[in-house]
Amino acid sequence: MAEINLVQAINLALAHAMTDDPSVLVLGEDVGLDGGVFRATDGLFARFGAQRVFDTPLSEALIAGMSIGLAAQGFRPVAEIQFTGFVYPTIDQMANHASRLRTRTRGRLTCPMVLRSPCGGGIHAPEHHSESPEAMFAHIPGLRVVIPSSPARAYGLLLAAIRDPDPVVFLEPSRLYRATHETVADDGEALPLDRSFVLREGGDVTLIAWGAMVQEALAAAEELEASGIDAEVIDVATLKPLDTATILASVCRTGRCVIAHEAPLTGGFGGEIAARIVERGLVSLLAPVERVAGYDTVMPLPRLEQYYLPNATRIVAAARRARAYA
Amino acid sequence: MRDVEDDVVAQFDVRLRRCLDAAGVPISALPGFAEDVRELVALYRGMVRTRQFDAKAIALQRTGRLGTYASSLGQEAVAVGAASAMQPDDVLLPSFREHGAQLWRGVSMLELLLYWGGDERGSRFHETRQDFPVCVPVGSHAPHAAGVALALKLRGEGRAALCIYGDGATSKGDVDEALNVAGVWLLPAVFLISNNQWAISVPRARQSAAETLAQKGIAAGLPCIQVDGNDVIAMRDTVGRALQRARAGAGASVVEALTYRLGDHTTADDASRYRKDAEVSPHWAEEPIARLRAYLAKVGAWHREDEERLLIEIGAEVETAASVYLATPPQPVESMFDFTYAALPAALIEQRSAAVSEAGTPEARHG
Repeated sequence: MAEINLVQAINLALAHAMTDDPSVLVLGEDVGLDGGVFRATDGLFARFGAQRVFDTPLSEALIAGMSIGLAAQGFRPVAEIQFTGFVYPTIDQMANHASRLRTRTRGRLTCPMVLRSPCGGGIHAPEHHSESPEAMFAHIPGLRVVIPSSPARAYGLLLAAIRDPDPVVFLEPSRLYRATHETVADDGEALPLDRSFVLREGGDVTLIAWGAMVQEALAAAEELEASGIDAEVIDVATLKPLDTATILASVCRTGRCVIAHEAPLTGGFGGEIAARIVERGLVSLLAPVERVAGYDTVMPLPRLEQYYLPNATRIVAAARRARAYA
Repeated sequence: MRDVEDDVVAQFDVRLRRCLDAAGVPISALPGFAEDVRELVALYRGMVRTRQFDAKAIALQRTGRLGTYASSLGQEAVAVGAASAMQPDDVLLPSFREHGAQLWRGVSMLELLLYWGGDERGSRFHETRQDFPVCVPVGSHAPHAAGVALALKLRGEGRAALCIYGDGATSKGDVDEALNVAGVWLLPAVFLISNNQWAISVPRARQSAAETLAQKGIAAGLPCIQVDGNDVIAMRDTVGRALQRARAGAGASVVEALTYRLGDHTTADDASRYRKDAEVSPHWAEEPIARLRAYLAKVGAWHREDEERLLIEIGAEVETAASVYLATPPQPVESMFDFTYAALPAALIEQRSAAVSEAGTPEARHG
């Protein structure tokens, strides 16, 4: 079994789901012959044909809206939005329709669709290609919001998203598409969509992250270990619904935590996690909750993005502050 | 802009289909179905039923027993004519003023009252299970119609989707995106513009500089036609042909129905703020129900007794629906949670319990 990267894992999961279930369709811009600009759908058109893989016109709102129509008719569309800055026109469709079709019709019509989009910075991409919109989607009742951080979790979580009976926004950190490799068994095993993953155990401080920041948190944990601080690392993975229990169990044990995300600080999903920790775990806290986030600025163009993106150094500094707090 | 020696590379025209004039006199050969007066009486009944329902809904709203309601007064022929052209297994994606189409398709008056009275069960539809619920965000359901049509096409079912929206919706990108893909992919869909001349306070002339709204489909490569939307015979015929074309695999089309909104935008609107009676009054002479009645009377297919009998029958249906609606208790509080996801996520269990317990307090009950 060869080691594969995250975008290959996405491809593997798509192919597996399409093989298992003829109602799974793939649609988006350049997802056909071209295989997607990141190659996430590479080979699917050749393998499954024009009745299963659709190159849409350049219409993001349509891609989301058409997926709703397909889903209501019993298909399981997996829609790709090409770059993260182009996802915003879909918010109307996701918030006004996909997320509420089930409740509006009291279960008569449902919307089992997946909206895939790359997210995040760090690949020196052009303007509008490096955004982190997860909190906007996580605010919408009726959606699930998932962000994988490794090839194996991307495979298992995407399978779960496709099989889920409700709409899932699946954000893929483009920076991780080719960053790491691991062995992924194409066994069709899905991961749970309501669970966060403890990637590293430690008793001194809890580092909470998702997407590309998970890799930074793991690097920070290594660095902290060298100075005798034992960090626990949690990959939130599914932001909505949030697995508060796993986070609380860890923070109540360590008493200190750092939440890291690329999206701007204000209104970022870190605030929601911090609030839950304070609501449920205040007496266990030995230090204020630390947030390491993108600044409240527009995502800068590539020459400055390294100064915007949170990294292991900033996470380590925050962990040390938490550790040093009397 | 144009030099005489430039070549003409494309030319288009938009035609208007009419069968009866405003007085109910045929102005062109009537379509085949119109030879059977029973068909026409059914259309007449559908329109009267819609108008009676409308009047009751407004009365309920005015007396505080229904929420904000969008009247379809004057536009009954668009909805009824279009719905009557559908097969039962076609899929309707309405806007929020097509009560006549929904009623024709089997949505009950009770369900409509529940919906407009603020109860989600009104969109559960015991009949016509695949039809979409009302769409409030204007034009945002056009992409759904494209998706439904793609699903029907992929399954090769010879069915079609009918999407209805207003003149205002033609200014929205969603609609253009849907027309565009429907053209490229030959989707079995009909996009019906119910052009009632007003988008709340903005008149048709301020909505678009295009001579017709139908022609917006031309850019998507779709056949486009205008139809007199107050002529239910022309409506049924035109939408019927478009649907037949779609079911046969020849692709989508755009139909612009010319009608007029005789009432306010909704019960929350006061149209006198932006249009005068002098603008509205002449349109009463064109309204669809009197027009068809005049024709039916002329051919001897409708008499005063028929009218009286029909009004009594429909009046009873409306009153029964209203009574049942008014006697329907609200859904339990937990229902707002129970349909948010297929299965309630753990994260929502606590909120659900809190909401149930909060609603159960005497303060909340006596609010």
